[in-house]
Amino acid sequence: MINKKTYARILPLPLMLLAMLLPATAFSVDVAADEKKGLEIAVEVDLRDEGFTDSSASLEMILRNRHGETSERQLRNKTLEVADDGDKVIIIFDTPRDVKGTAFLSFTHKLEADDQWLYLPALKRVKRIASRNKAGPFMGSEFAYEDISSQEVEKYTYRHIKDETFDDRDHFIIERDPVDSKSGYKRQRVWIDKAEYRIWKIDFYDRKDSLLKTLIYDDYNQYVKKFWRANIMEMTNHQTGKSTRLNWKNFSFQNGFSEKAFTKNALKKAR
Amino acid sequence: MLNRLLIISLAVLPLSVLHAAEWSNQASIEARYFFDDALNPKQHDSNLSVTFESEFYHDWDDDQQRVVFTPFARLDQHDSERSHVDLRELYWRRSFENTDLYVGVRKIFWGVTESLHLVDIINQSDSIENLDGEDKLGQPMISLTHSTELGDWSLYLLPWFRERTFAGLEGRLRPPFVVDHASAQFESGDDEKHIDSALRWSHVIDDWDVGLSWFHGTDRAPQLIPQTTNGTTTLLPFYAQLDQIGLDAQYTYESWLWKLETVSRRHDNRFSPALNRSNATVGGFEYTWYGLFDSATDIGLVMEYQYDSREGNRAPIANNDIAVGGRLTFNDVQDTTLLALVASDFDQRERFISFEGSRRLGELMSISLESRFFSNTSPQSSLHSLRDDDYFEATLTRYF
Repeated sequence: MINKKTYARILPLPLMLLAMLLPATAFSVDVAADEKKGLEIAVEVDLRDEGFTDSSASLEMILRNRHGETSERQLRNKTLEVADDGDKVIIIFDTPRDVKGTAFLSFTHKLEADDQWLYLPALKRVKRIASRNKAGPFMGSEFAYEDISSQEVEKYTYRHIKDETFDDRDHFIIERDPVDSKSGYKRQRVWIDKAEYRIWKIDFYDRKDSLLKTLIYDDYNQYVKKFWRANIMEMTNHQTGKSTRLNWKNFSFQNGFSEKAFTKNALKKAR
Repeated sequence: MLNRLLIISLAVLPLSVLHAAEWSNQASIEARYFFDDALNPKQHDSNLSVTFESEFYHDWDDDQQRVVFTPFARLDQHDSERSHVDLRELYWRRSFENTDLYVGVRKIFWGVTESLHLVDIINQSDSIENLDGEDKLGQPMISLTHSTELGDWSLYLLPWFRERTFAGLEGRLRPPFVVDHASAQFESGDDEKHIDSALRWSHVIDDWDVGLSWFHGTDRAPQLIPQTTNGTTTLLPFYAQLDQIGLDAQYTYESWLWKLETVSRRHDNRFSPALNRSNATVGGFEYTWYGLFDSATDIGLVMEYQYDSREGNRAPIANNDIAVGGRLTFNDVQDTTLLALVASDFDQRERFISFEGSRRLGELMSISLESRFFSNTSPQSSLHSLRDDDYFEATLTRYF
């Protein structure tokens, strides 16, 4: 935002027009093809995960600082697929013990801000909270709220970069730029396998375009003969040396959850 | 076949039971230090206190039924009133299609604002625990919550009234005279057995969270009436009957939370019938700046105006006050937070200042620090009796 403004002030108008026109005419065909292919891959990733209806899982988070000291959190989540919008999610915190019983409800949306509520068990109080904090850390971990929020095609613009083979798998490498100016990232580089369209690695670049974090997915399993979920997700922050490992357990799909399990009233009863 | 089923169910059973029934306990030790000498020579300048709280819950019938049991106990070094036990919760819940039925002792919270809770009325304040009024005594009830497309409806029948707790002779943070529970008076001839009732509707409409509530029964806040017998003055709590209509609303937009609570009350007050109607409002905003200076730290600003139409000796502390607070959330592994709040009275110029901080220690402990100051008080001001009760408090809690 600020960069654009500075540019406009420095460059005279004809030069600016030239600067805008030149790359567009010279590379428009290639850029368009890369963008088209990038979007096609992203749409396919989304399509392969469509129709899961609902899911639940439990999660162990292991936070590690640069000295190797660790801290653990146990949580459980329930997700309800919402057609033509983001998913509804409930997260229940089991440890650390001082936040046990705290529960979080989020109606995620494709482009507009998510609706979020927090249940505080000591006061029996449900608080609507601001969801503006996309770039902030989730529970002190290396995962930002936007990293754990439901992934929607509309949240990014895409381009295909190249293909790469490793671990005996062929991958597409795409780059995606967050649409939301409140995102903490300028771009993300994503490795997706060609066979099943699963994400294996994401490099996150901060707003200054320096490599900030790398997320590695591992130990994928397929559920209800369709949906792939990684049991292990490991996020490393290159700038701080801290890392967070997620160990997923007890994935369960199509449990028959209804809308009623994702309301403020349900949040108060969540265990 | 039968054998195999038996083996499978035996293997699965302990897991499901473990998940559905659980005890959690916490114990804390609290140390308070008062900066000034007490007004009354019987009071003490420092105090130690320990608490224990346990919670048991069990779910069965495919989570359609639940029992919860939460006993609480405090043992205080000096204040015999503050040493007390309470049943915070003991209830059974049965869920139907769109309805939940609750029978037993529960805690209910209504409202949205931070500096004052006007709408919240179901539970009595366990005010001897902390000045902030957020500790509550368990309230016996039968209640129904019915969820519809147009919001949640809750009906409460409250068959037994709980008296407010106050510090005893040797306790600090109390009026100059001791509250005499034994001679509490009720306007209702049924005393504490008056059956109170309440109804609430709440709904989420896009960025709005709204609630409307109605209460009929014994006011949770007593009038404290001085009386002198044999040369000793005590305060007699008088619990009037109250009808209250409340509205609470929050509008959430980006980093802004706009909050409002307002109540209209009608007391049946035989001491001053002319002052039966009153209203009170608290409203303001909370704004948060996220990721301060490229760090993970957030800073929040809270500003709320508090108004109450009651005047003279019936005026509560928050009657024409502005509360301004700042909250620092470090978003670190230990969940470190700091909160500072100043509430100033426009008329009497008195000030209430509060600092709070908390942080986790390892996986099973947490520490919280709190310091409060009552400044600029005058003999006319409602905080006058607390003028020498500025204090610092440290609480260490262990979970097991």
